[in-house]
Amino acid sequence: MKLNLKIYRYKPGSEPHYDTFPVDVPETANVLDAIERAWDDLDRTIMFRHACHHASCGSCGLLVNDQEKLPCVTPVKDYGEGATLKIDPMRNMPVITDLAVDASPIYQRMALIGLPIIRDAETLRADGKEPLPEGLEAFRRFENCLECGLCLSACPVMATDPQFLGPLTLAAAERLLAEPRGVDIERIYRLVDDEHGVWRCHSSFECTEACPYEVYPGEAIMRLKRKVGLRKIKQFFGGA
Amino acid sequence: MSQKYHVIVIGAGSTGTATAHDLALRGLQLTVIERGEIASGTTGRNHCLLHSGGRYAVTDHEGAVECIDENLTLRQIMRDGLELNDGLFVAVDESDLAFKDTFLEGCASCGIPARDIPVKRALEIEPYLNPKILGAVQVPDGVFDPYRFCLSFLATAKKNGATVLPYHEVVGLLMSGQAVSGVKVLDHRTGKQYEIGADLVVNATGPWAGKIAAFANVDVPVLPTAGVMVSISKRLNQMVVNRLNKPHDGDIVVPQRMTSIIGTTSWKVDDMDAIHIPQEHVDKMIEFGEKMIPALRDNPIRGVMAVARPLIGKKSADEREVSRTFAGFDHAHDGVENFVTISGGKTTTARGMAEKISDIVCAKLGVSAPCRTREVVLESYRSYYNN
Ligand SMILES: Cc1cc2nc3c(=O)[nH]c(=O)nc-3n(C[C@H](O)[C@H](O)[C@H](O)COP(=O)(O)OP(=O)(O)OC[C@H]3O[C@@H](n4cnc5c(N)ncnc54)[C@H](O)[C@@H]3O)c2cc1C
Ligand code: SF4
Ligand code: FES
Repeated sequence: MKLNLKIYRYKPGSEPHYDTFPVDVPETANVLDAIERAWDDLDRTIMFRHACHHASCGSCGLLVNDQEKLPCVTPVKDYGEGATLKIDPMRNMPVITDLAVDASPIYQRMALIGLPIIRDAETLRADGKEPLPEGLEAFRRFENCLECGLCLSACPVMATDPQFLGPLTLAAAERLLAEPRGVDIERIYRLVDDEHGVWRCHSSFECTEACPYEVYPGEAIMRLKRKVGLRKIKQFFGGA
Repeated sequence: MSQKYHVIVIGAGSTGTATAHDLALRGLQLTVIERGEIASGTTGRNHCLLHSGGRYAVTDHEGAVECIDENLTLRQIMRDGLELNDGLFVAVDESDLAFKDTFLEGCASCGIPARDIPVKRALEIEPYLNPKILGAVQVPDGVFDPYRFCLSFLATAKKNGATVLPYHEVVGLLMSGQAVSGVKVLDHRTGKQYEIGADLVVNATGPWAGKIAAFANVDVPVLPTAGVMVSISKRLNQMVVNRLNKPHDGDIVVPQRMTSIIGTTSWKVDDMDAIHIPQEHVDKMIEFGEKMIPALRDNPIRGVMAVARPLIGKKSADEREVSRTFAGFDHAHDGVENFVTISGGKTTTARGMAEKISDIVCAKLGVSAPCRTREVVLESYRSYYNN
């Protein structure tokens, strides 16, 4: 399948611009394969982030035609033969060069909450009563959130308040309040009950739209607002 | 004391990052140079299986022993990059079943805890398994997240003073006479080239090792052999599911987050940067995978990826080999000083590989600090981004 990739190019100190690369990839390819093709065949200086190529590491996030995407699982078929794909780095993060952003805003936010990446797995059967294999206490798995930052990129509040905790962070806080796994809940409440925390979100749900992995950060923030609000009311009336 | 020595590690895959961690712990001054993102080579795109050694228990005793040893060590030192749900080896046909006793004996002789479990039990645990399986054995396989695996080693190395330079490509080696004295890098962030001096350079560029060695006119014969993996849009197993037989194509289904990944195959490629995935390899993955988990065929494919194994052809003089399971060369044997190459092995055994090459590096530099990577608990991968 033939495509044109119109890729954002930037080296610190010089003017950003776009370079267009014609590529030919199999119909089954994802956008990341197409970018890699352009890098391999046409220009070895295109810099982009990638590792797993199967939506697990969360490193590859970028914009395709101004929409937040994980290119490793975005089929080129979605755009059609001959399409021109405009590829930009994520928003609301410093660009290192070309499509490569500095991921510190993502990881530092997650480190602040301290959401353990390992959680209990929902089991596969509907009745939820599978016996566990001897020697294992629970089936564990990695959290849904890939720490890809697509929600941070899409969030309109982030664009105006760089100190905003951000959708992934608030969603992580909500996960911890629902399943604390040994983390200090009081600290989490203090973090999110803040002008740059949960109250800053004005529910545009761009984050849920951008999220590739069923975290539904927008919905999580709604639940978190209720939780924090209820707790304040209880405290006001002298409750716990 | 040894901070006076500066060592450059080229390549931030599992081998390079584990080596940087080991050497930084021993007090050396470290710089890690990677042409792209961390783990953007073979490591990031591999099958993510934290081997118990079961796969090699019958065919490769030494490799299996190394796997179980490193598997148990990583459980102690890596807190947040591993999904530890064990693995099942399942017998799909009579020949698999006939292999079971040999397999159990192999595991016992390699020190791999293996438990023969009733088929009914296996099907209770993993409801998507083929209901016609004839046998099942449970082993301590696990799953790693390769990106976070590398970030954890690098975060710890950084804490111990190491510098990490992603988006820096090594484009030449600096020579002073017959010794390597540093590297020439192209900083892709600025487009500029510059030189970095070093007392010793470690070439940990996996399948690219031959290209780096060629900068010093040293021959490292790499035979890039690609393998394909197919990621399915649903997680159909909690434990790793392996075919109970000798290693074969498409005989492992690794679950990770919300996917099951079938792998892998093997074919020779000329250029590890331009691997074109043959459709028949993808079809083969589904065909073999569905024998163990039939529903793999009913769920859409989410992604297909391939990378090249960094297989290194044997050199003639055996003294150059530090291990049979991976390749480590002190290029003093080729007449070039201050330059070593480490390649091959597995992500699972990266710590062990790093220990062996770091011992060589330290012996060359006259540094006596012992390896401490078995005991030191790694930093969280998130702290890689602390500064
Ligand atoms: C298909 C397949 C499946 C596998 N599955 C598993 C598995 O399930 N479990 C397991 O334990 N192992 C697995 N392995 C093995 C494992 O992936 C490799 O042994 C391991 O990743 C090798 O790591 P490395 O650091 O040596 O190489 P790499 O990860 O390739 O690292 C080398 C790095 O060097 C960089 N580089 C190259 N040239 C330059 C340059 N000029 N300048 C700067 N940097 C440069 C590259 O970008 C790359 O990041 C698998 C291998 C394959 C091929
Ligand atoms: S919440 Fe979703 S979009 Fe945001 S970082 Fe996590 S996975 Fe990515
Ligand atoms: S490359 Fe890992 S999420 Fe896309």
